[in-house]
Amino acid sequence: MHLAYPVVLSSLLFCTGLYGVLARRNAILVLMSVELMLNAVNLNLVAFDVWLSKAADETLHSGQALTLFTITIAAAEIGIGLAIVLAVHRNRGTADIDKLRDTAEGHETDGPEGPDEATGATDPAEQTEKAEATA
Amino acid sequence: MTTTTLAVLVPLLPFLGAAAGLLLGRTAPGFVRPLAVLPPLTAFALAVLVAVRQGGDEAVDAATQLTPTGSVPVELALHIDGFAALVAVLVGLVATCVQIYSTGYLRDDPRYPSYAALVSLFTSAMLLVVYSGDLMVLLVGWEIMGICSYFLVGHYWETPEARAASLKAFLVTKLGDVPFLIGLFALATDAGSFRITKILDTVASGGLDHPTLIALLLLAGVAGKSAQFPLHTWLPDAMAGPTPVSALIHAATMVAAGVYFVARLLPVFQASAAALVVLAVMAAVTMTGSALAALAQDDIKRVLAYSTIGQLGYMTGALAVGDRGAAVFHLLSHGAFKALLFLAAGVIIHAAGTNSLAAMSRMGDLRARVPDAYWTMTVALLALAAIPPFSGFFSKESVLGAAEHAATGHAEHIPGAAGWTVLVAGVLTALLTAAYATRLWLLAFRGKGAEAPDHGRQPRTMTVVLWVLAAPSLALGGLAYGRLPDWFDGDDLAPTLTTSVLGTGVALAGGLLTYAAWRHTTAAAARTPLGAVAAHPEADAATVEAEAIASHEPAYGDVASAPDPADPGRLLLGPLHRHAAAGFHLDAVYTALFVRPVQAGARLVRFLDREVVDTYVHGAGALPRLLGTAVRRAQTGNVQTYVSALLAGTVVLVVAALLVAAGA
Repeated sequence: MHLAYPVVLSSLLFCTGLYGVLARRNAILVLMSVELMLNAVNLNLVAFDVWLSKAADETLHSGQALTLFTITIAAAEIGIGLAIVLAVHRNRGTADIDKLRDTAEGHETDGPEGPDEATGATDPAEQTEKAEATA
Repeated sequence: MTTTTLAVLVPLLPFLGAAAGLLLGRTAPGFVRPLAVLPPLTAFALAVLVAVRQGGDEAVDAATQLTPTGSVPVELALHIDGFAALVAVLVGLVATCVQIYSTGYLRDDPRYPSYAALVSLFTSAMLLVVYSGDLMVLLVGWEIMGICSYFLVGHYWETPEARAASLKAFLVTKLGDVPFLIGLFALATDAGSFRITKILDTVASGGLDHPTLIALLLLAGVAGKSAQFPLHTWLPDAMAGPTPVSALIHAATMVAAGVYFVARLLPVFQASAAALVVLAVMAAVTMTGSALAALAQDDIKRVLAYSTIGQLGYMTGALAVGDRGAAVFHLLSHGAFKALLFLAAGVIIHAAGTNSLAAMSRMGDLRARVPDAYWTMTVALLALAAIPPFSGFFSKESVLGAAEHAATGHAEHIPGAAGWTVLVAGVLTALLTAAYATRLWLLAFRGKGAEAPDHGRQPRTMTVVLWVLAAPSLALGGLAYGRLPDWFDGDDLAPTLTTSVLGTGVALAGGLLTYAAWRHTTAAAARTPLGAVAAHPEADAATVEAEAIASHEPAYGDVASAPDPADPGRLLLGPLHRHAAAGFHLDAVYTALFVRPVQAGARLVRFLDREVVDTYVHGAGALPRLLGTAVRRAQTGNVQTYVSALLAGTVVLVVAALLVAAGA
């Protein structure tokens, strides 16, 4: 088989992954896209290993060995990544990357409580009224 | 053991005691008291032994060099003549009494271990100064005393007065020590050695090149240490320390060191007539000024502090007329009765619950509360006022006799002006001394009014030492004036008729005048109630004293005086009273001359640093900060934006690499 087929396939996979990472909003889909990109790289590794081993007298198949490492590490990575996404979802009620902007410059209040506090602070008279009503 | 070994042990034992006390103070509290009392006691016994062996004969000299120290060698040297032997006995006696007294006075004090260790260190430093035959070694003891006085005066550091007083004592004495150090170097350069014997040989052969300069530089250090005008202001403020410390500083250690130093190197000072005149004027101003100030003080300890300054004035006066025998004689008798006065004052402050004489004069039966302090203080005050046959009479008369001797031109190398200055100031001060001694006695013990508060029986340790010290106050002068010349230079110390009659006469006049003034004003005392009393029947004396010191200013408006119309000193001094109570505003002068310029300088430096230097620094930081603000805008928090930027960068780099590779 010519080297071009797996290389084209892997670049298509990589581009799909890249698009997913850049464009998707759901964190889980972003993680899946990252997996796609990793697998594209794995495919490249295997393909080039086979192509190179044809020419060489002796080979260690180090490309394929490296692929095994990558798969293992990708499994661990996706485990941790999913756990983080799950924790974030439990905390924030959303896994939307666009809304997780806590690291932005000038970001003061954290989470969805911020606006609530702000409205509470702007209207203390209403709060005291409520307190009186409950009393 | 040889005399040299004994003499080495004398300063060494209190030093070891101090080190052990500091190390064991926390872990073994049971050893603190023995460690505080026994080393000075042993040192005292050894000092007596050294004095007996030395016997006023040829001076004991011993020296060893630890290591070569460059051009002028520094040696560990002993030089024990009659002066050193006797002064060491006095130091040992007073230090032992103070340590025994402190066990009672500070019996509940949590900081007693470090206190006792510092007192031992203080004693050891003074003994080093006394025995040392090398000026550099002497300077070591001299400076250790400075730092010990700082720590001990600041013992009640919870009160702001004590903190300020300890800093002031340290800074003022250091102000004198800087010229002192330069003077020592100049002296050693001229003489080629720090050894006292060699320096005295050089002086005897006329080898000093700049005697006036050296003498004046050394005098600055002496004035600081011995509290002479104009560097005396630290001493009255140092009364914020515990009473036993005041007794130690005033009687035997700190202030005696300056006088003793001049006595040791008197030939150096005698080589310059100008230095002697300066010394005489300094002594005269010191003694009259301090005696006037003593008459106006309200704090019983401040009266005694100013009296110490005055008595030191007598000693420097005796030195100015070239009679160091009289100076050291007065140092010895003054050491005994001034230690007694302070320790008795401590007992009185404890019993009365106040340090204010105005408050004491409104207390009945104070003397019945403290019979030991009453009788011993009476003896000591009579000695202070130089009434025969108490010891102060003989020593003061020897000073006045020496001054008369010099004034009439019988002394060689001594300017007659110095003699006259000391004589006139001395007689005037004798009058004032008797006046303030009488005032102190009348106000403290002859008060009328409500009964004094009961603080319980005084501890035996505090009363026994009073009687121990009362013996030399009573009898030292009369017994010793005939024998002391053998120990000293051989000059006659017996009182001469003219000065005795004159001195005793003015002293009696001063006493009677004060008594008359007191009789005149005492009726007013009942009309103006006054007084604040710190009553702690259970607490130890130190607690009562610390509170009395801290409450004096809130209660009477001033740390030194009280608005008491019944004060005989007010009647005697008239319009001068206000100035005398403030120490003739010398502190204000110092504030204007030194404190304000230094503070203004500090403000200027602060301005230059904050406004000038910092402006450049901030300016240099402005551009990076601007760039940072711009770059920070890229930080949107959206991870996908970052990755897009990363991708774009990669693409640009790849394209660039390809173009370069293609050779375009």
